[in-house]
Amino acid sequence: MLIQLENITKNYQVGTVTVTALQGIRMDIDHNEYVAIMGPSGSGKSTLMNILGCLDTPSSGSYLLNNNRISDLDDDRLAEIRNREIGFVFQTFNLLPRANALQNVELPLIYRGLPAAKRRTQARDALASVGLADRMDHKPNELSGGQRQRVAIARALVNNPSIILADEPTGNLDSRTGDEIMEIFEGLHEAGNTIILVTHEEYIAEHTDRIVRLRDGLIERDEAANGGH
Amino acid sequence: MQLAENIPIALTAVRANKMRSILTLLGIIIGVMTIITMQSLITGLRKSIHEQVTALGSNVFQVQKFPAIHTGGDMFRKYRNRKNITLKEYEAVKEHVTAAKSVGAEYWMGGQELRHGEHKTLPIISVCGGTPEFIDNNGYEIGDGRFITPQDVDHNRQYVVLGADVARQLFPYDDPLQKEIKISGRRFEVIGVLQSRGSTFGQSRDTYVVIPIGSFIKVFGKERSLNITVQAISAELYNTAMEQTTGVMRVVRKVPPGEPNDFDIFSNDTLIEFFDNLTRYVRIVAIAIASISLLVAGIGIMNIMLVSVTERTREIGIRKSIGAKRRDVLWQFLIEAIVLSEAGGVIGIVLGLTLARLVALVSPVPAAVPIWTVVLGLLFCSAVGLIFGVYPATKAARLDPIVALRFE
Repeated sequence: MLIQLENITKNYQVGTVTVTALQGIRMDIDHNEYVAIMGPSGSGKSTLMNILGCLDTPSSGSYLLNNNRISDLDDDRLAEIRNREIGFVFQTFNLLPRANALQNVELPLIYRGLPAAKRRTQARDALASVGLADRMDHKPNELSGGQRQRVAIARALVNNPSIILADEPTGNLDSRTGDEIMEIFEGLHEAGNTIILVTHEEYIAEHTDRIVRLRDGLIERDEAANGGH
Repeated sequence: MQLAENIPIALTAVRANKMRSILTLLGIIIGVMTIITMQSLITGLRKSIHEQVTALGSNVFQVQKFPAIHTGGDMFRKYRNRKNITLKEYEAVKEHVTAAKSVGAEYWMGGQELRHGEHKTLPIISVCGGTPEFIDNNGYEIGDGRFITPQDVDHNRQYVVLGADVARQLFPYDDPLQKEIKISGRRFEVIGVLQSRGSTFGQSRDTYVVIPIGSFIKVFGKERSLNITVQAISAELYNTAMEQTTGVMRVVRKVPPGEPNDFDIFSNDTLIEFFDNLTRYVRIVAIAIASISLLVAGIGIMNIMLVSVTERTREIGIRKSIGAKRRDVLWQFLIEAIVLSEAGGVIGIVLGLTLARLVALVSPVPAAVPIWTVVLGLLFCSAVGLIFGVYPATKAARLDPIVALRFE
């Protein structure tokens, strides 16, 4: 099993009030699954995504990733796991504006400590795999929204992570470009990657194999997607 | 992650806000420029003064009536009543100072016009009545012919050795040796020409002639004070020679114990010491100005780095989300602060050097930049960047990636 969540809770202190974002999540995700996490705003899906992406740690419960217990690691160990195991794709792309496509894709490899030549080759391959071989030296503001998201996907892929974690990846794109991005995800899934997609759009979620619906910090339903393949 | 990876990142960030960076750097630029300019000029002056006072040969000091350096208006009046130094003291020093290798005597007469046939010099030539020790004790070398010998002195021969400039003025086309020149109406035969010593502060050091001391007395009389030059046997015996000489002079001149010397000792170090004392305060003020402006610059850098961290909160979030550790972010901003202040340091050094060159160009003050000031200046800038960058960089490193990613 790739991911095992056991009784995950998360509380926030807002002033004097304690807000419970997750109140006991139990969920397993296996290798090469394609999962959508859905839910209205306030359902806890962002919090769950942050915990899955090792950006945050749960207040209680256990999170095993590749059988490593990561629920109580320190900041730097979490950074390392984000670097090696997780590839993020964000709604707003989150590329560095002053770096070109190639440099953006190289970034995770820099933090991994790879030498420059090796970095460049891997980053080029990743960009080529999302169809941007001819846009490597373009800065984000010289690229269309779809192209930016593809750079972000290349950056997520470049370290060969265990999970690709996409947060509303088509939210800022028109539906045609969104479909292109979803096709890329499908391709990645077919190539053996594990993809977790956070979305509030049924239509996007239906591209996946499995939909986990959250409400009020609990899993409301966990079912196979009917539109899946 | 390698630390060096941060340098291009830092350069990009500094370049992205050119105007802001330059304004921030003004303090550092001014501070470093001040240090470099002042150091360069002071060192240049010191060096040229050093060259000038090595007029004396090595391990040589000179006993004279007046202090070498006159400060304040009343100095002359104060020393005028001193007794002239005479040949009696010279003989005594020569006899009793055991640490001396050679002791020379010199009478000087300035403002002379020398003639050779049609040619004459400007009336600015100094005539020295000297002993054979002159050449060694003053650090000269013979260029042509020979110098005055003990026999020339014993027999009061009418011989003269010319400074290089005098030889050039009186004998523009022919060889001066064995020719006759006139000093104050008397005939002297040229037996040698000294090698040129060049000039310092635009003043030639080759505008005099040397004749045997007895011949000098015959021409100009001896109603003047003698200079005694003493060369110590070795550098180790230099101070001994100086103490012995002081003792002998005090005995011969009957200076009561406890009274100050009624003569002065001038050495190669005299002017240097004087100059160092004089410039000590200039240096202190320059360092104070530089320190204050570096402090202000440091605060400016801290301020701009805090702005930069806030502006780039989202970038920090992105970097953390894809695997940047705390220390990666810390070093990224520390190195950015150091690069920023080093940029100011380099500009300040270039401007300082240019300014020193310019001053050297329009004035007789030479410029010389000791490499250690440049190195020290750059180290100082790094230190400023490091010290004032720590707080902003720590702030950046501690950002929560989730909060940072949400930052608009």
